[in-house]
Amino acid sequence: MSPIPGHGLAKGLAVTLRTMTRRTVTQQYPETLPELPPRSRGVIGLFEENCTVCMLCARECPDWCIYIDSHKETTPAAAPGGRERSRNVLDRFAIDFSLCMYCGICIEVCPFDALFWSPEFEYAETDIRELTHERDTLREWMWTVPPPPALDPAAEEPKELAAARKSVDKLAAEARVAVQAPPAPAAQPASAAQPAKGATAATDANTKDATDPKDATAAKDATEPKDDKGPKDDKGGERP
Amino acid sequence: MNPTLDMVLRAVGVLVVFMVLPLTVGQAEHKVMAHMQGRLGPMYAGGFHGWAQLVADGVKFVQKEDIVPTGADRRVFQLAPVVALLPYLVVLIAIPVGPHGFVGATVDAGLFFVLAMMGVGVLGSLMAGWASANKFSLLGALRSAAQLMAYELPMLLAAASVAMAAGTVSLPGLLSAFHWWWIPWQLVGGLVFFTAGLAELQRPPFDMPVADSEIIFGAYTEYTGLRFALFLLAEYAGIVVLCALTSVLYLGGWHGPWSGSVGWLWTLVKTGLLAFVVIWLRVSYPRLREDQLQKFAWTVLIPLSLLQIALTGIVKVVIS
Ligand code: SF4
Ligand code: SF4
Repeated sequence: MSPIPGHGLAKGLAVTLRTMTRRTVTQQYPETLPELPPRSRGVIGLFEENCTVCMLCARECPDWCIYIDSHKETTPAAAPGGRERSRNVLDRFAIDFSLCMYCGICIEVCPFDALFWSPEFEYAETDIRELTHERDTLREWMWTVPPPPALDPAAEEPKELAAARKSVDKLAAEARVAVQAPPAPAAQPASAAQPAKGATAATDANTKDATDPKDATAAKDATEPKDDKGPKDDKGGERP
Repeated sequence: MNPTLDMVLRAVGVLVVFMVLPLTVGQAEHKVMAHMQGRLGPMYAGGFHGWAQLVADGVKFVQKEDIVPTGADRRVFQLAPVVALLPYLVVLIAIPVGPHGFVGATVDAGLFFVLAMMGVGVLGSLMAGWASANKFSLLGALRSAAQLMAYELPMLLAAASVAMAAGTVSLPGLLSAFHWWWIPWQLVGGLVFFTAGLAELQRPPFDMPVADSEIIFGAYTEYTGLRFALFLLAEYAGIVVLCALTSVLYLGGWHGPWSGSVGWLWTLVKTGLLAFVVIWLRVSYPRLREDQLQKFAWTVLIPLSLLQIALTGIVKVVIS
């Protein structure tokens, strides 16, 4: 019970009146574009230079809406007496966005970082058939893919960085042991130190990649744990 | 001035007001309602903040096909929107806007005339509901009728109290007898009158007859195009008439500072403020249930209006 009868009625009027004096929340969409958060799922871009036509994305897609055609090309042996190399060449890569449900599985499974989310969302068509976009359009959308946002301050270290740091630490420890051991031959500390230095350099490069927003591919490498791809690939293999 | 010319001019003036004010109220409702809900409302039609939205709506309504259901009573069905709209036009003629005969036509028993005419408006939705051959329409129409029965009485009683106070039933006469202390004196009557008027117009929170979640759109379910637009226009015209009437009866109409020269402006301002309240109530309150609606009229409004009459009588006797 409200203390005064009609108290609730007055409250209702007050709420609407107060709302009227506030700024509205409406976004005038075509005039002002929305500010999309990072990793918005607008459309899928294809970085076709990276695609090896492994077909994983097409097989994993729950809607089977990725169409890939390819052929094999052989390159003659590089050296006389060597073996001929064969490689896949992409003929067609199309995604039917009238079927796609934006689950992102294709992007997750691609082992070669050829698929990316782009925040681009204004690709409505008047004919449903025009929603099947071919590789040139998908490639064009790559230009709209933003750099990945930096990791959260307290986020776990990327697995690649952790692995690199571990090996560096191990090598450094070995080198220290080698230096401290008096009867060791003179050559040994030097050879132990050499790879250690190389590993440090690699780690530096990795760290830079992970934080440099320009290099989307490398950063994705660094932030995405590769381990959980194993089981998924196995599942894909069981598919007809 | 030539009396014929004078009459024609007044008629044209009332007609213009009748065309412009309801549309203004409609547009205000669009915008006020939107902002009360944190939206912008119409923004495109006409360029500047969607000022021409209702014009665009009108054009759209005109283009729509005018459908009469097969089983409908054709003539009554087609006549109903006119019956709903015209009474408000007639009422507007009798409402004094400013001093010195600034009124469409002086009617001696103006108060009774006006109230009777407002009751006729509801007849339009009754006709519409009965003629539509649709059970939802019929339900809506019956609810309208029940609502009319319930709310006409407190409205009349409340108006009678003002008539008692002024000792006349002519609207201009009422206004010339007005003093500022009438406002607190007739306050309860004014509230009852306004509320009952809202109910008679079937405005939220008293919009049971058109409750869209239950009976689609009540009596107007089968209407399309221009006839539907006429019903909508009747609703807004009803708001204008009710607000104008409330301001004339209870808020002193054109009385106010410098009422000699800008009296009509005072009437307009008061009417506008009341119209804002009408919109405000619509945004703020949910719809009453049918039984709550009836109960409210019979157990709250009617006793209140009777009390007001008693109060008016006592004060009248004391001061005379
Ligand atoms: S997002 Fe999902 S549905 Fe869409 S193409 Fe990729 S795997 Fe298929
Ligand atoms: S999974 Fe990646 S590399 Fe394999 S076909 Fe799809 S896009 Fe190309």
